[in-house]
Amino acid sequence: MTDSAFATALDLIVGLDPDLLAIVSLSLRISLTAVAIAAALALPLGAALALYRFPGRAPLIIALNALMGLPPVVAGLSVYLLLSRAGPLGSLGLLFTPTAMVVAQVILVLPILASLTRQKVEELHGEYAEQLASMGISRVRRIPTLLWDARLALITVMLAGFGRASAEVGAVMIVGGNIDGVTRVMTTAIVLETSKGNLPLALGLGIVLLALVGLINALAHLIGESTRRQLG
Amino acid sequence: MSHRHTPSSRRLSSMQVRRAATSAAAACALMLGASSALAQDAAPFITLASTTSTQNSGLFDAIIPTFTDSTGIDVHVVAVGTGQAFEIARRGDADSLLVHDTAGEEAFVADGYASQRDDVMYNDFVLIGPSDDPAGIRDADSAATAFGLIAESGAPFTSRGDDSGTNRAELRLWDAAGVEPGSDWYRELGSGMGATLNTAAGMDAYVMSDRATWVAFDNRQNLELLFEGDDVLFNQYGSLKLSRERHPELKHDLADQWHDWLLSEQGQQAIGDFEVKGQQLFFPNADAH
Repeated sequence: MTDSAFATALDLIVGLDPDLLAIVSLSLRISLTAVAIAAALALPLGAALALYRFPGRAPLIIALNALMGLPPVVAGLSVYLLLSRAGPLGSLGLLFTPTAMVVAQVILVLPILASLTRQKVEELHGEYAEQLASMGISRVRRIPTLLWDARLALITVMLAGFGRASAEVGAVMIVGGNIDGVTRVMTTAIVLETSKGNLPLALGLGIVLLALVGLINALAHLIGESTRRQLG
Repeated sequence: MSHRHTPSSRRLSSMQVRRAATSAAAACALMLGASSALAQDAAPFITLASTTSTQNSGLFDAIIPTFTDSTGIDVHVVAVGTGQAFEIARRGDADSLLVHDTAGEEAFVADGYASQRDDVMYNDFVLIGPSDDPAGIRDADSAATAFGLIAESGAPFTSRGDDSGTNRAELRLWDAAGVEPGSDWYRELGSGMGATLNTAAGMDAYVMSDRATWVAFDNRQNLELLFEGDDVLFNQYGSLKLSRERHPELKHDLADQWHDWLLSEQGQQAIGDFEVKGQQLFFPNADAH
């Protein structure tokens, strides 16, 4: 069966199956958007947590660390209840749309990005704090400086976030509804084909997903390498 | 990927600080651009809450294009167990409902969540089990007898256990057979029909399935259809018009067109024409009463 799964995967990729292309493109758009939004919020948040001392900082750090293990299905259920017509944001009509799936994935990715960013920036700040202080740079201005300096490590952090977003199925299944052509992504398609007993196709889709994630990681690696070379 | 410099190895210049701020701003702008890339599709559509059996068999893929061609309305199917489909409709998250639990559907109307319920089509439940049939249900004279034989033999039985239409029908049949399921031979999975069949195939267990999912199912391994044909295994599907009073914001006009089309000659014809592996899986019966 593994043989026929690889053959199916190859057929899907080589044949440029239009349904597959639509599903892959939706998966990528949703997960990349989620990571972009989460990064826009989490990177400054993580850096601020590294630089500022305030009451409640430790509990916040612990909470963010704990939320890295948030079960996707719980995130999905929370977003479902929030966006359902009977829920507080029901009037927006966002349930069973790609937007709802982005919201759920942002919730899953944000704690990972914020926690790991805080750790990286804290390490870096330990090295640069005196120098930055001697240059008279305020704490607020230090945030972009340190984030920029940590950019190579932050690429890996964002890849971890992207991995979590593109691999999860529990949240997008609940808030997206796995609607054909609208909210069906790689992982929900795999669940559907498994439940049809079409295991070679399900595994084939899994191989395609894995290849895709591998490709994105390779790209990120190349970007990182060329940046490193520029820095000398 | 981690890189370290000692403070002496590299100096931060104020120019570097400014550059960092600019690129952070540019990155933010890029991200906002990416987030608006998810455009909504503009064609009229309704959201239909329905069951896994109708979706997994491929029925919707076969009939929805015909409906869309004649009305211009697309149908977004959210396929879940009947219990969850009722809950989605109750919360106002679907415009229309097509399920298979007549008693539950009538209660849904009586409770004021739906204004109308009509028969659309039927098929039947079948009993599936390992081909060597350790409980000997192949020659049982009724479904109740077959269920009794399975319980007596202690052979494993996998149940959906998810409050779906199939699960509700199965529990009624245990009741009719005078068996209280729940011993160690009875495995409640809490899964959809396909996932339950996968598990049954893996553990050589008995399982009750709707015929459509079984016929379309590809991972049978050692499983076979062992018992069919008793009237109590009848499986009726119904469509419901949801209440305008309770959820005025739903797309009732479009949903009514879908409901009426299912009952129309064209809709009934499309359902009757749908075949998998040369077998008709759903039998239209909108005119039955």
